[in-house]
Amino acid sequence: MKLLLQLYTAWFKMGLFTFGGGYAMLPMIQREVIEKYGWATEEEIMDYYAIGQCTPGIIAVNTATFVGYYQKGIPGAIAATLGVVSPSVLIITMIAGLITNFSELTLVQHGLNGVKGAVCLLMFNALRSLWKKSIHNIGALCIFGISLGMSVFTDISTAVMVLLAGVLGVVMSKAGGLRYE
Amino acid sequence: MSNFWLLLTEFFKTGLFAVGGGLATIPFLREMSAEYGWFTVETLSTMIAVSESTPGPIGVNMATYVGYMTAGPAGGIGATLSLVAPSVIIICIIANYLQKFKEAKAVKMIFAGLKPAVVGFVMAACLDIFISALLYKNSFDRIWQQKDTGVLGYAAESVNWKAILLLAVLFGMQKGIKKLHPIVLILVSAAGGILLGL
Repeated sequence: MKLLLQLYTAWFKMGLFTFGGGYAMLPMIQREVIEKYGWATEEEIMDYYAIGQCTPGIIAVNTATFVGYYQKGIPGAIAATLGVVSPSVLIITMIAGLITNFSELTLVQHGLNGVKGAVCLLMFNALRSLWKKSIHNIGALCIFGISLGMSVFTDISTAVMVLLAGVLGVVMSKAGGLRYE
Repeated sequence: MSNFWLLLTEFFKTGLFAVGGGLATIPFLREMSAEYGWFTVETLSTMIAVSESTPGPIGVNMATYVGYMTAGPAGGIGATLSLVAPSVIIICIIANYLQKFKEAKAVKMIFAGLKPAVVGFVMAACLDIFISALLYKNSFDRIWQQKDTGVLGYAAESVNWKAILLLAVLFGMQKGIKKLHPIVLILVSAAGGILLGL
């Protein structure tokens, strides 16, 4: 019970003090999981991250689930996961409530319209770094083009396209058109 | 199906198919907005901004936000738990075969296909966001519908020049200041929006 509580509070803290999730969380994980509690080594954390990236879901959450599972099985996995999402739920619920209440004000409208500009830039940056990480050869470029085209011009659901992309990955890797190592 | 159950199943689906972290959830959110009208593209922009400037993983923040907007505080909690449920189940299974999974060729091949595809999905979802920020007419589809009367002329008329100016200033800031935190960018953009009366 004590360990479950520790898992919850430690991941709560990591969720509370990192902005952005993903790799932004690594320094906090380093301090809490590796140094303070000794729940995992650095290599293990890197493994969890690598696997968290190619499995469904949020990478930081997947890492929390891994650490919790190895400490205390399924209850541990659940405790750590609930811990890492709790701060988000609390904070966002408050902010979403505020924005909903004040969104009718002209001043807030102007502010939110301005924020759209920052979001453009942030998404542009994110896309650029995704591009650099993912598109290294012609095969990958083709898959990118197909998925972009299908998303814009067809109504096929993203879930179905994800499955198709996985199949395409296997077929093209076997045919030698995609680097997978 | 009531909105609440629909919300839970949609987020479970998102958690199951969004591979590659928080940003990969954006195409699913755009799909929800188009299909159920729970929120607009404008609100999606606000959600991204709030999620980037508050603590916690972005994907989780957005799930709470959408859930709250659709079904109140219970919706926020429900959407978040539904989003993480599939990955908790999957990770608990994989954790028993960590080494095998890490070295499995099939996994690497599947991932090699998914990685570039996710860039395409996210880019498509962002097109709507870019268009809603920079043009007065807010959807790509509506511009596309004007293809007979001339897409370019229609698009030129609908450019929001104030928004372009603001974006240029933000871009300049980003170039000029190293390690600029997203929150600074978001605060400056909000102030800019108010000053310009966007």
